[in-house]
Amino acid sequence: MKKIEAIIQPHKLDEVKEALKGIGVDGMTIIEVRGHGRQKGHKEVYRGMEYQVDLLPKIKLELVVPDARLDEITRTLSASARTGKLGDGKIFVSDVMDAIRIRNDDTGEAAL
Amino acid sequence: MKSMCKYLLPILVALSASSLWADTATSVDARLNALDAATKSAQLSGDNAWMLTSCALVLLMTGPGLALFYGGLVRSKNVLSTMMHSFVLMGVITVLWAVYGYSLAFAEGTPFIGDFRYLFLNGVGTAPNPDYGATVPHETYMIFQLMFAIITPALISGAFAERMKFSAMLLFTCLWATVVYFPMAHMVWGKGGFLNAFLGGKVPCFDFAGGTVVHITSGVSALVCALYLGKRVGFPREPMKPHNLVLSVVGACLLWFGWFGFNAGSAVSASGLAASAFVATHFGAAAAALGWMFAEWVKHGKPSMLGGISGAVAGLVAITPASGFVKPFPALLIGFIAGIVCYFMVTTVKSRFGYDDTLDAFGVHGAGGTVGALLTGVFATNLINDSLKDSAGKALPLGWVDGHPGQVVNQLIAVVIAWGLAIVGTLVILKIVDLVIGVRATQDQEREGLDLSMHGEEGYNLEA
Repeated sequence: MKKIEAIIQPHKLDEVKEALKGIGVDGMTIIEVRGHGRQKGHKEVYRGMEYQVDLLPKIKLELVVPDARLDEITRTLSASARTGKLGDGKIFVSDVMDAIRIRNDDTGEAAL
Repeated sequence: MKSMCKYLLPILVALSASSLWADTATSVDARLNALDAATKSAQLSGDNAWMLTSCALVLLMTGPGLALFYGGLVRSKNVLSTMMHSFVLMGVITVLWAVYGYSLAFAEGTPFIGDFRYLFLNGVGTAPNPDYGATVPHETYMIFQLMFAIITPALISGAFAERMKFSAMLLFTCLWATVVYFPMAHMVWGKGGFLNAFLGGKVPCFDFAGGTVVHITSGVSALVCALYLGKRVGFPREPMKPHNLVLSVVGACLLWFGWFGFNAGSAVSASGLAASAFVATHFGAAAAALGWMFAEWVKHGKPSMLGGISGAVAGLVAITPASGFVKPFPALLIGFIAGIVCYFMVTTVKSRFGYDDTLDAFGVHGAGGTVGALLTGVFATNLINDSLKDSAGKALPLGWVDGHPGQVVNQLIAVVIAWGLAIVGTLVILKIVDLVIGVRATQDQEREGLDLSMHGEEGYNLEA
């Protein structure tokens, strides 16, 4: 099993969810995060005090998927999250040791 | 007998005519007296209705006007503490005022402080006091002035927000009201007050609704507090943005609304003068909001919401002393000037000197009040306010536009007294309070946030 962590633009979330649903991927965790890569932040001014805001709001998706479906899912995710501009985000893939369904103790890929 | 009868009829006619005449005369007199009383009663009703409304409007300025305006500008961990600084004074100052504050401010005593004749509001009842609003109950005047006494120390809290110990703030405020506010109010508005142009003052100063009494004293005291307490932990390196400008916008608009009571209510009558002050107030706010935003647009390329509301408040501050003395277009000018000057004070001057006047109480109230008080000496005219008369009953010239440029000097004297009293009074009080209980929150308390450390609560439990 593989864990996919994807940092995407907040306004792309609906499109990504629809695209994943379209290939039969329903389960995911969504977290509101802040961060940046090479994308510049913005400047805010309050009564003459300037603040450079580098921590930009993003959405992080976490999914755990069967090995066999990894490529298909990452390609779908990437395509639906892309705008072509700086700040589109990144996808990270790591190994998962085990998965357990809490309701009935299923383990392994059967739990996904 | 017959010769007598000849005169009887004319005599009878004359007698009955004269008695009829007497009846008519008495009934006309009676009706005139009744009409007189009814007119007076109507005027009393009109004046008192407006005045009581104004009292409520001015209280609204503190709660929730100032509470929201200031609250939105601090970090979320300090929102309740900041609002508490305004709210608690609605209780504390009321008690002080009732016991001895009104007396020290408005009883005739010396030119600098009143005596104790109104201790516990003795003698302050429904009958008017001829010196303080001859057409409204004395109680109305007393409670109107109370609302001013409440908001003035609340304004100072802008300077020590996010780092002052709550117990110290309470003690400081009680002492400050006694030593700075009550004497200043007495000097400018009390009978025989040193600066009171209308009730026998040696230096006749014009301060319609409190440019010196409220804004200069609080604003300058705020600067002293900011310097004495020192900067917030992490200032200016760490970002400390307003956590909720939406609250501040709501607060500022409530302040604008309530200020009509503050200024137009200072006419102490529902009269043409009240209308005049109302218009001047509104025009001052409008022009200042635009002035500040214009300065921002030029300097930063974007006019901001915070700039708009800050400008409006600066204009309201500056027009306060002038409101019942100036014409509408000078009011626009005063507002515009205040918008630009206060913008400059709050941005360039503050960063040049590096003091942490957290919510710009000095930059807006101290500076705006000073500008407004001086410009009052320029633009005050008896065409708007003719209550100052010579012995022949002719209206005296007021300000420079009336051909009396010396008025600016009188205003300057009042400004200097306000500055001096604020600086000395505040320094001494801060030192005393610091020695007795300590004024500043600890670093840990400050890091944690005053809502938790001083009040045991959080403003936002959004996950609940």
